[in-house]
Amino acid sequence: MNPTTVLAPRTAPASTRRAKPLLLRPTAKPVLFVLCLLPLAWLVYGAIANTLGANPAEALIRSTGDWTLRFLCVTLGVTPLRQIGKLPALARFRRMLGLFTFFYGCMHFLCYGWLDMGFVWGDIVRDIAKRPFILVGSSALLLMSPLALTSFNRAIKALGAPRWQLLHRLVYGVVLLGLLHFFWMRSAKHNYAEVAVYAAIVAVLLGWRLWARFGPRRAARSA
Amino acid sequence: MHFLKDRGFVHAHSSEITPAAAYAGRRDMLKLLATGAAGATLAAWAGRDALAQVARPDKLAAMPGARSAVAGAVTMEKTTPYVDVVGYNNFYEFGTDKSDPAQNAHTLKTRPWTVSVEGAVKKPKVFDLDELLKLAPMEERIYRLRCVEGWSMVIPWVGYSLSELIKRVEPTGNAKYVEFVTLADPKTMPFVGSRVLEWPYVEGLRLDEAMHPLALLSFGLYGEVLPNQNGAPVRMVLPWKYGFKSGKSIVKIRFVEKEPSTAWNKAAKNEYGFYSNVNPSVDHPRWSQATERRIGEDGLFAKKRPTLMFNGYEAQVGQLYAGMDLKKNY
Repeated sequence: MNPTTVLAPRTAPASTRRAKPLLLRPTAKPVLFVLCLLPLAWLVYGAIANTLGANPAEALIRSTGDWTLRFLCVTLGVTPLRQIGKLPALARFRRMLGLFTFFYGCMHFLCYGWLDMGFVWGDIVRDIAKRPFILVGSSALLLMSPLALTSFNRAIKALGAPRWQLLHRLVYGVVLLGLLHFFWMRSAKHNYAEVAVYAAIVAVLLGWRLWARFGPRRAARSA
Repeated sequence: MHFLKDRGFVHAHSSEITPAAAYAGRRDMLKLLATGAAGATLAAWAGRDALAQVARPDKLAAMPGARSAVAGAVTMEKTTPYVDVVGYNNFYEFGTDKSDPAQNAHTLKTRPWTVSVEGAVKKPKVFDLDELLKLAPMEERIYRLRCVEGWSMVIPWVGYSLSELIKRVEPTGNAKYVEFVTLADPKTMPFVGSRVLEWPYVEGLRLDEAMHPLALLSFGLYGEVLPNQNGAPVRMVLPWKYGFKSGKSIVKIRFVEKEPSTAWNKAAKNEYGFYSNVNPSVDHPRWSQATERRIGEDGLFAKKRPTLMFNGYEAQVGQLYAGMDLKKNY
């Protein structure tokens, strides 16, 4: 007998078995928490050390926006990765990633309201009404808040899992509004290269969901 | 008890305030006198007013200019640090990010360089850069620069009024507008192929605007030749208009009868008009133009400063637009 043919199928599940304990370790969550705070730490350091370039206010507003979109993509990547990679333990991290998305979204709004608008609320309201791309961004943040507010276990129980899940489908609206917000912002320079990258990632993440739900394999899996 | 009524603080006009360089200079001289070293340097110090006030960063070849006598050409405001002036640029031929031009523009070849002056003129001519450099005496002008994006700088340019060149080529009666064509060389400018704008980048002015003494044909900044990313070797500077009206790396100046079709106007007609004068009361369709952030000066948490009509050059250029509806002719 050829030993490789025997070994090959065994090594594949072994690797996933080895990955599971790592993800299930009690330190995994604190480690992820610290990792998620690194972008913020880097921006705060940049603001203090004055390494954010000639226009630090603009750099802070843009980076916090970039990170919101990145965290949103990572959060939406949890479920596909969990199912494709057969890593159910990944589900433990989805809530934290989602909350960090909301956190960076809030930082983004805070930076805009503070550094760009000087916290003059009348100006902010007028600005939101006047500039469609800011209206779209603010709507995305607003849409995200009920998700953040119902992220704890008791909320899931109180709402009931099906209703909670329905509510949390709002995240698809959030990501589309976020993309539109970014696209509109970049339209000033007709520079859509980066927008296209995020759009492609989001298309894959949402496309996978559609395919998993309505694709040809669905019948086979449910059977 | 009797209290004095608070009448508020009456703010001085910015031009009345002694510039930092001047009072620092006085302190320097007092120090010199105190140390007894004044004798030899006094003459040089006294003569310093005749030349530029800003210190050279010693990065590129010197390009001195005498302090300009043109009205409004030397603002007393603090100049923007050199690193920001040469590191935060919009020059899309080298990339759309503000830091791209400083990184990519080293490929630009600024010698040999010619500027073809043509169209409705009696004496069309292809000027070699060296000819242009000697055409009129170089002046140093400290202008405010307001970008349409909502930020501003104060830059000490070196050059002379474009009118000096215009007078020499003698425009005919058909010359109503001036068109500036800038270099579009895909070999040295990596983003000329991009679809952001139509290349070459074309800008334009009405002839009377172009003849205004503040319209500067610039060859240098901070007492040195222009860095590539700032539009070397020759560019326009129009301090009362949004920055994008000032074409960089100019290769052709055409005198024409019809309003030129300019790059940003072609890209977004409703957002960038032909005139594009700085105007705090006419907003960009997507953002307010009422305030601005001064690069390198306004702190992170400082309130943005109000934008001035014609970028503060209303006294000098206002009459060019007398009777015009500036909301329509934005």
